[in-house]
Amino acid sequence: MTTTSSTSALPTGIDRDALARQVAADIPAGSFVNLGIGLPTKVANFLAPDSGVMLHTENGMLGMGPEARAEEVDPDLVNAGKVAVSELPGASYFHHADSFAMMRGGHLDICVLGAYQVSARGDLANWHTGRPDDIPAVGGAMDLAIGARQTFVMMNLLSRDGRAKLVPECTYPLTGLQCVSRVYTDLAVFLIEPEGVVVRDLFGIEYDDLTALVDVPLVDGTGR
Amino acid sequence: MSRVIIVDDAAEAVADTPDGAVVLIGGFGSAGQPVELIEGLIESGAKDLTVVSNNAGNGDHGLAALIREGRVRRMICSFPRQSDSWCFDEKYRAGELELELVPQGNLAERIRAAGAGIGAFFTPTGYGTPLAEGKETREIDGRGHVLEYALAGDLALVAAHRADELGNLVYRKTARNFGPIMAAAATTTVVQVDEVVAVGSIDPEHVVTPCVYVDRVVPVTRTLAPTVAAGVAR
Repeated sequence: MTTTSSTSALPTGIDRDALARQVAADIPAGSFVNLGIGLPTKVANFLAPDSGVMLHTENGMLGMGPEARAEEVDPDLVNAGKVAVSELPGASYFHHADSFAMMRGGHLDICVLGAYQVSARGDLANWHTGRPDDIPAVGGAMDLAIGARQTFVMMNLLSRDGRAKLVPECTYPLTGLQCVSRVYTDLAVFLIEPEGVVVRDLFGIEYDDLTALVDVPLVDGTGR
Repeated sequence: MSRVIIVDDAAEAVADTPDGAVVLIGGFGSAGQPVELIEGLIESGAKDLTVVSNNAGNGDHGLAALIREGRVRRMICSFPRQSDSWCFDEKYRAGELELELVPQGNLAERIRAAGAGIGAFFTPTGYGTPLAEGKETREIDGRGHVLEYALAGDLALVAAHRADELGNLVYRKTARNFGPIMAAAATTTVVQVDEVVAVGSIDPEHVVTPCVYVDRVVPVTRTLAPTVAAGVAR
């Protein structure tokens, strides 16, 4: 089923901004949300200002605002990626144990994370390549993955060598078991549901071509 | 717990740190990192330290300098590898430093537990992953949990914004991070602050760390890390 080489060009799908816009559109107004480091951070750019979505950052803040402009930079106010940010009206600060209790206790509606791999069951691998010469670092990934009520993943569907990152079983070290509920990719949006992996949206690719790329049984939900 | 002592010199405040001590060091990257106290610790000469901190140093100052000077034998943290963690990277790759990697929320809760008299706890974080290997597990309400033990320190080094003369503390923004839980989890807690104010100047409703957790307070003039000042620390 897997095609790793083809004479035809790989489908291009949507770009990172369009993907971030897709995720943002699916975040209900008023949600408490944590955006992971990297690609997920872009989602903030597409949340409507009147949506009332409140951003949580693991290092002890609710109500995080956009990245700080040069004149606003305050070394005491950073996000999970250690980038200087701003605070919005209604923001609050709390210590690290409270911040992770907030996560683990199911008080955050959604977290959005990047991934190396997601399995058909919703297992997530996103913290370590497993290569022996890599220095491992986990941060808050494991707490977020299992703590938020819903975990969304954002990633390119295919790795650089053309292999699908939605897999029957993760081969990279796991971050959490059965924790991912949706996978947003440049080629399709997948819902991890009891009936299986449901394809909700396609971006510049036909359903049959998608099934040829992914070595996981899919359910066509595009007409729902 | 005896009353807090205000110490003007950071090195003097940590001079009695023994070799082999377990040192809890606050901060998330550079935010809330007690750089001046760490410099005092370097001056004290203490070695073979076990350091508990979220990261493993940024750039060449503070925790990074302590590691570069070869004082840290074991590092317990959640996120050592960063674009500016070259001091740690070098010691780790040379095999001169042990690493215990802990998911960030488990690290925080282990420290909190130590300060709260809780010996250990079951958490779903990390269950089924390599970081739970060899640990006791239990199914609770149908969900897998991992047993994690409390993590106490001999010494905590914390950066707060303001202390009163009794040692009641107020923090600033996200520099609070591990400060309150580390202050409670160590035998001796030393806190650097931007200013010391008279008793009664801090509204009791605003005290974040009550003075019972604090042993020594050191007023410092902070020197900002260049990477933070430029807003490019990642």
